[in-house]
Amino acid sequence: MNMDTPINTSAQPNDILIEIRNLHFSRGDRPIFDGIDMDISRGQITAIMGPSGTGKTTLLKLIGGQLKPDAGTIKVDGEDVHKLSHKALYDLRRRMMGMLFQSGALLTDLSVYDNVAFPLREHTHLSESMIHHLVLLKLQAVGLRGARNLMPAELSGGMARRVALARAIALDPQMIMYDEPFTGQDPISMGVLVTLIRSLNEALGLSSIVVSHDVPETCSISDYVYLISAGKVVEHGSPAQLAKSESAWVQQFMGGLADGPVPFHFKGPSIMDDLMQSGLG
Amino acid sequence: MLLDFLQQLGHRSLSIFARLGRASQFLLVTLMALPSVVMRPFLLVKQMYNTGVQTLLIILVAGIFVGMVLALQAYIVLVDFGAEESISLMVSLSILRELGPVFTGLLFAGRAGSALTAEIGLMKSTEQLSGMEMMAVDPMKYIIAPRFLAGVISVPLLALIFMAVAVLGGFFVATDMLGQYEGVFWSQMQVKVDFYDDVVNSIIKSAVFGFVVVWIAVFEGYDCVPTSEGLGQATTRSVVYSSLAVLGLDFVLTAVMYAV
Repeated sequence: MNMDTPINTSAQPNDILIEIRNLHFSRGDRPIFDGIDMDISRGQITAIMGPSGTGKTTLLKLIGGQLKPDAGTIKVDGEDVHKLSHKALYDLRRRMMGMLFQSGALLTDLSVYDNVAFPLREHTHLSESMIHHLVLLKLQAVGLRGARNLMPAELSGGMARRVALARAIALDPQMIMYDEPFTGQDPISMGVLVTLIRSLNEALGLSSIVVSHDVPETCSISDYVYLISAGKVVEHGSPAQLAKSESAWVQQFMGGLADGPVPFHFKGPSIMDDLMQSGLG
Repeated sequence: MLLDFLQQLGHRSLSIFARLGRASQFLLVTLMALPSVVMRPFLLVKQMYNTGVQTLLIILVAGIFVGMVLALQAYIVLVDFGAEESISLMVSLSILRELGPVFTGLLFAGRAGSALTAEIGLMKSTEQLSGMEMMAVDPMKYIIAPRFLAGVISVPLLALIFMAVAVLGGFFVATDMLGQYEGVFWSQMQVKVDFYDDVVNSIIKSAVFGFVVVWIAVFEGYDCVPTSEGLGQATTRSVVYSSLAVLGLDFVLTAVMYAV
């Protein structure tokens, strides 16, 4: 794959929703991103995968404007996220973005119903009866209309994520960012979430970004995949293209192999040296 | 060795000043977010219930006992000089000038301040604050500002209740236990307690304490390291710093109001 040209698998090559250019970000002395370029197309599900600790969640926070990059630009719908004023950034978030946090991030003192109604009450002047209809429809979409009177503490992890999803689509955003949606889910909840992400994307005409390291689930629903590691985009392409990649690293990651370019053993002296030393000591 | 020490000293001072800077900036943003509370008065009412009303019991109990103990101690000292009719004066002046505002500040820091820190810290570590930001709802306006304002309003009111109850406690001990005439108790107070010097100053004191305690409490929660350990440390710091701040500020305010 050619890493230099902007990348797109869909028929409309100019329909880019998010454009990331030369992104640098570090935490303390540790560089997280070292010059990343990405194009995320409208109407597609784009997956960002990589080993734990490569800053996938950080990338979502950068796109959402919650963190500032050291260098580089992120444009969402043509607007440079980090050059916006506080108010313009909040406007952009309200218009464009929904985010599904790993924990769900439901407000614990509000019921399921009130959680989904929260963005509607904050940002619209709809009547309560209108909000009631909308909330029930959103909850219906994630299959939890019957759970509307429960409190967040009474929900299982998978249910909490579905409620959070209903809340994220409450204001009909144009894009949704999913932060590790499959982590820690049992097979049934996982299947439900996989289906939901795909079907919502189609039904609502969304663009989705899925950050994950669950390779088979993510590949089964995504149109395009970016693999990042050590602050760089290692490879990108459709899931089928990645499966055929010749890079040993990509093969190891996609196949979940224990040893390869990413060694099984953490860096250290050889076991012989270690044993000899402790034996003498 | 010496270099290490100097380096550590510099590092620590820098981090202390950085934190002070963040706390001041946080206060500024909070103050700017205060007008938005008008848009959501129900949040203010809810928080005034959580911080103010919920602290009422401990304030009432502490107040009545402090007043009763003071009256007893005053009697023991004053009776030797035949001045036991001044019990009410000693009780009311020490309550109004010092004990009312200070006790309320300390109790509020322990009961409500720690709860505020823990609540906001937990919201941070469960990503509720981030989630709110991504829903384009500013947590400074929705979470911090109502809690801050509720605390700032509650503390002077609690202090007034504390002082009223403490004087009543002193009254019961002086009249029922020690057999003083009720009229003596009240008339001594009426003559010697000044409205501006004593009552208004004590309200000012408690307002200052309330402001500082709530500021520390919400800042520690908002600034905490979002782990269980970090949350525990933040809650401890919240109580320790606000107690010390109350005591230190009390000296400064007393010096300004009464001595100088």
